[in-house]
Amino acid sequence: MTTLLFAEHNNAHLKDATHKALSAAKALGAPVHVLVAGSNARAAAEAAAKLEGVEKVLLADAAAYEHQLAEPTAALIVSLASSYDALVAPATSKGKNVMPRVAALLDVMQVSDITKVVSPDTFERPIYAGNAIQTVQATDAKKVITVRTAAFPAAAEGGSAAIETVNAADDPGVSSFKGEEIAKSDRPELTSAKIIISGGRSLGSSENFTTYIEPIADKLGAAMGASRAAVDAGYAPNDWQVGQTGKVVAPDLYIAVGISGAIQHLAGMKDSKVIVAINKDEEAPIFQVADYGLVGDLFTILPELKDELTKGG
Amino acid sequence: MKLLVCVKRVVDYNVKIRVKPDGSGVELANIKMSMNPFDEIAVEEAVRLKEQGKATEIVAVSIGPSQAGETIRTALAMGADRGILVKTDAAVEPLAVAKILAKVVEQEKPDLIIMGKQAIDDDSNQTGQMLAALLGWPQGTFAFKVNVGEGSIDVTREVDGGLQTVGLKLPAIVTTDLRLNEPRYASLPNIMKAKKKPLDETSPETLGVDVAPRLKVVKTAEPGGRKAGVKVGSVAELVQKLKVEAGVL
Repeated sequence: MTTLLFAEHNNAHLKDATHKALSAAKALGAPVHVLVAGSNARAAAEAAAKLEGVEKVLLADAAAYEHQLAEPTAALIVSLASSYDALVAPATSKGKNVMPRVAALLDVMQVSDITKVVSPDTFERPIYAGNAIQTVQATDAKKVITVRTAAFPAAAEGGSAAIETVNAADDPGVSSFKGEEIAKSDRPELTSAKIIISGGRSLGSSENFTTYIEPIADKLGAAMGASRAAVDAGYAPNDWQVGQTGKVVAPDLYIAVGISGAIQHLAGMKDSKVIVAINKDEEAPIFQVADYGLVGDLFTILPELKDELTKGG
Repeated sequence: MKLLVCVKRVVDYNVKIRVKPDGSGVELANIKMSMNPFDEIAVEEAVRLKEQGKATEIVAVSIGPSQAGETIRTALAMGADRGILVKTDAAVEPLAVAKILAKVVEQEKPDLIIMGKQAIDDDSNQTGQMLAALLGWPQGTFAFKVNVGEGSIDVTREVDGGLQTVGLKLPAIVTTDLRLNEPRYASLPNIMKAKKKPLDETSPETLGVDVAPRLKVVKTAEPGGRKAGVKVGSVAELVQKLKVEAGVL
C-alpha cells in the first residue's frame, strides 16, 4: 500500500527535515504521500509536490492546523490513516509531539527516531543516548515511525505531484495556541546547517559567544550551537543545545570550541562528517572523536582562526 | 487539585553502559539504577505546585520490578504523598505503560499528570503523548514553564527554534524538559518520613493490561566507532587541512 509522510513546515516554507524524512519514507519501498497540515499552507504543499518520489500531496488547510498542535493534528492523521500502511514523520519537536498520540489512537507501538531502514518492518534506532544501537522489528500491521533526520540524506527536487485537499478532522477543542518566541535569525538552522560551530562553558559568558564564536559563524555561513553546560550557564539559548536531550546534528563540518565532550554532547554530533575540536585540555574526550584537534586557549585561537579565514577569502 | 507523577527506574545517567557481547541487550546486572532525570523534574514540579497551594495531593506511580519501589520512595522523600507500584518483571513498552497508567488514572482521577519527556534508557519519548491520546486529554510536552489556572493550564514548551505556549483544559498531561526546574535533594528526615508513607502494589494483570511487546528486538549493537584523528600545531595548519584534506571549507 502506501506511506504517509507528515511534513514539517511553517506554512510558508517546507522545512529541510521533510526532505530528509522523505528519504526514510521512500526506503520503506511503497509510494509516498505527503500530508501538509497547516493554515494558508499552499506554498508548503507546492514545495512538497516538487520533491522527487512524492506521488501525491494532501493539503489540510484550516485555522486549527496553523501551529499543528498535537490534539487536532493527531485527529487529522488518524482520520486519514486507514489508507496507509505506514505513517512517518521527522523527529522534530512537532513530529515527536504528534506521532505518539497518533500511534496510541491506532493502538500501534511507535518506532522512534530511526536511523536506518533495514527492511519495511525492521529499523535501527539509537538507545542510551546513542551508546547502543537497537535493531527492532515492528509487529503491528500499521507502522508509526519518527525519523532521526541527521541520519538520512535530503531528497532532491524534481517531482511534480498533484495536490489534493483533504477535509479537516473534528478538533477535540481541548488545547489552544497562546504565543511563541521563535528566534529570528539569518543563519541556517542547526539541524540543516552544513557547518556548525559550538561553544562550551569555557566561553565564560554570552558576550564571549558574540565576540569569539559569532564572527567565525558569519565567516563560514555556519549555525551556532552550544553544549548543555553552556546553555545551563545561560551563555546560549536553549534551542542551541546540541546533544542527547537537545538537537542531534550531522553537518559536514562541526567545530567544537571549549567543549570537553561529555557523552551527552557526543550523542548529538558524533555523526558529523568532519569534527574539529579546540580545547586547552589535551586529555578532553572530545579529541577522541575529532578528526582535527587543536590544543590551546580558545581566546587566542578563535581570533587567529577568524583572521586566517579572512585571509583565505 | 490532585497530581499524578510517573517515575521510571533506569540506569543512572552517569553510568557508561555496555552492550552484551551476544548482542541480546545492554548489561544491567550490578549497575547503579536511579530515577529517570526527567521524572525527577516532574516530581519537583509537582512538589512545587503543592508548596504553592495549587495542589492538594501527589501520587507517584512506577511500573517495574520490586526495586522500582525504591524509585517511588525517592519521589516520596522529595515530597509526594503516596505511591503505587505496578509490579512486573517484564520489559514494558511505552504503549503498554500508557495503557497501565490509563487504568491507574481511572482509579485515581487526577487533574494533572506530570512525567518526564523521555526515559534515558530507551529514549522513546512517547509515553506522555500516548497516555494523553488514550485518555482524550490535551498534552503539554517538553515543558519549560507551567502556569496552573482555574480549570486550565498554560504550558510553555521547548520547540525547534524557541518556545511555544499552549493553553490546555484540565485534566491534562505535562511532560518535562530539562529546564523546567532544578530538582531538590531529599533531606535525611524526609527520607526517613518517606519510609512511612503508603505504597500500594498492583500488577498489569490486576489492571487487565496486556504488556506483550509489539516491537521485537532483533539485536543490540555497539555504535559505529569514530577514530581519533590528528592534532594540528596551528590555526594555519588547521585551515589548510580543512580546505585541502577534508575539503569542507
